[in-house]
Amino acid sequence: MENVNLKEMATQVRRDIVRMVHKVQSGHPGGSLGCTDFLTALYFQIMNRKPGFDMDGVGEDIFFLSNGHISPVFYSVLARSGYFPVSELGTFRHINSRLQGHPATHEHLPGVRIASGSLGQGLSVACGAALAKKMNNDTNLVYSLHGDGELQEGQNWEAIMFAAHHKIDNLISTVDFNGQQIDGPTDKVMGLGSLRDKFEAFGWQVMEMKGNVMEDVLKVMADAKAATGKGKPICVLMHTGMGAGVPFMEGSHEWHGIAPNDKQLEEALTILPVTTFGDY
Amino acid sequence: MLEDIQILNEKETRGGFGEGILEAGRRNPNVVALTADLAGSLKLNAFIKEFPDRFIQCGIAEANMIGVAAGLTIGGKIPYTTTFANFSTSRVYDQIRQSVAYSDKNVKICASHAGLTLGEDGATHQVLEDIGMMKMLPGMAVVVPCDFNQTKAATIAIAEYHGPVYLRFGRPKWPNFTAEDQVFELGKAQVLAEGTDVSIIACGHMVWRSVEAAKILAAKGISVDLINMHTIKPLDEAAIIKSLTKTGCVVTAEEHQINGGLGDSVANVASRNCAVPHEYVAVMDTFGESGTPNQLLDKYGLTTAHIVAAAEKAISRKNG
Repeated sequence: MENVNLKEMATQVRRDIVRMVHKVQSGHPGGSLGCTDFLTALYFQIMNRKPGFDMDGVGEDIFFLSNGHISPVFYSVLARSGYFPVSELGTFRHINSRLQGHPATHEHLPGVRIASGSLGQGLSVACGAALAKKMNNDTNLVYSLHGDGELQEGQNWEAIMFAAHHKIDNLISTVDFNGQQIDGPTDKVMGLGSLRDKFEAFGWQVMEMKGNVMEDVLKVMADAKAATGKGKPICVLMHTGMGAGVPFMEGSHEWHGIAPNDKQLEEALTILPVTTFGDY
Repeated sequence: MLEDIQILNEKETRGGFGEGILEAGRRNPNVVALTADLAGSLKLNAFIKEFPDRFIQCGIAEANMIGVAAGLTIGGKIPYTTTFANFSTSRVYDQIRQSVAYSDKNVKICASHAGLTLGEDGATHQVLEDIGMMKMLPGMAVVVPCDFNQTKAATIAIAEYHGPVYLRFGRPKWPNFTAEDQVFELGKAQVLAEGTDVSIIACGHMVWRSVEAAKILAAKGISVDLINMHTIKPLDEAAIIKSLTKTGCVVTAEEHQINGGLGDSVANVASRNCAVPHEYVAVMDTFGESGTPNQLLDKYGLTTAHIVAAAEKAISRKNG
């Protein structure tokens, strides 16, 4: 997996996302497309992963998706990195599928360690898993991803305080900072103020990253990795565009949770050329 | 059998939890304890002293504590979360639902100060809906032991059971009467006395009061089939069917709302298998208030006399 062309894989993941959401006419393409470059880099290069899947994840890096509605990108990346057959992506959100609308462990889908969807819970879980790694003398890392609007949920701030207090320095939490949420721009719905200042005031080390520029993702995440083990949890504020990679979906909350029609799918797939990995 | 049941001493059930988690910690290195600023109230001091590296203080942030516990299971830990029953359930219901129950995480949610016997703090803290909330979650076991010794045994036993558990106990000193060396069997009803006229099925603090009621009824010539239903879920349906088929009427007694608790679980089994007259001793769809535990149990209808009266009424309905 080390030598996969990350940009080409990201294009394939974007094709998967729009095709999955189009097929079932349901799901969340906007945030999924925005986080595609990050999750592709994470699974195909950044994380130290073992082959196969076991729930405890001892001896490897593990990842938690807190903003579970971007399940299309999560499922595509998991399938493309070998956790389950890519053919299963066609079952997304259908009856009797392991690919539930929001990620779940209930159907035993390899790669998923916690249910998410009801927002604001993933950081607490990541903190617990990071503490378990410390207790087990496992030096691998815990990664997590959160929406920016999701930070309006109060439980996050309990967890942010907790992580700093307990010096959870084997945790790298990334915030998808796209400035959009269902009802509109985040600044208009419920302003987050300076997330950098907030995280720093709580005792975290904060980095910023251009989430849709692959080179920057790799550089900043390498910096983040190098900053672990120094007594502070790491927050990466990842600047992304909602809908990135599909121009007519870009930059607006309108594509948070709606599916493209046949014509829009065709347009998207024209922009996202066929890759050597092939469609599912 | 009934006459053999005697008070050994009076102890807090939460004290049984404190001794139990210490023993569970000694037996299994993966047992870890979490609290939300209530380590003393939950009697964790001995555990913290012996296992300081396996204790996680979460501060007054229960939602985060539940999530951290779910995360700790990923890596093989067996986390016991501790706070008052209200903050263990209603305050964090969605966190338990998604991160613990739906995610099938091996978290033990340990809840003290349940029910009216919390006393003077009043209704804000006296959760009376928790058994119902927790038993409705798929996969969640619900355990309500009756005294100090049983709480200790249950606390040890749930470490050996894989899956989420809600363990409910209380604040006040209360008659301790079950065996010190008992082995707790999750999901197996404890038959305290066999009788033929009426079944009394109780949990938690109300079990001792049901013992007292059964003795009074025996003196009146009424034979009670007395069951300590310490596990509300998974429910020992066979024990209920066997008892109700034999006696033909039942009283349930619990420190909980009439809606959604042990009584409704028994009624559910009875209505599908062996419907009989059923009287509830429970809180009648109202909030509690400040007072001493015994004043509150008197005012809200949870005394020995109430159980006796309910049994006589159930028998009269059966014979009517």
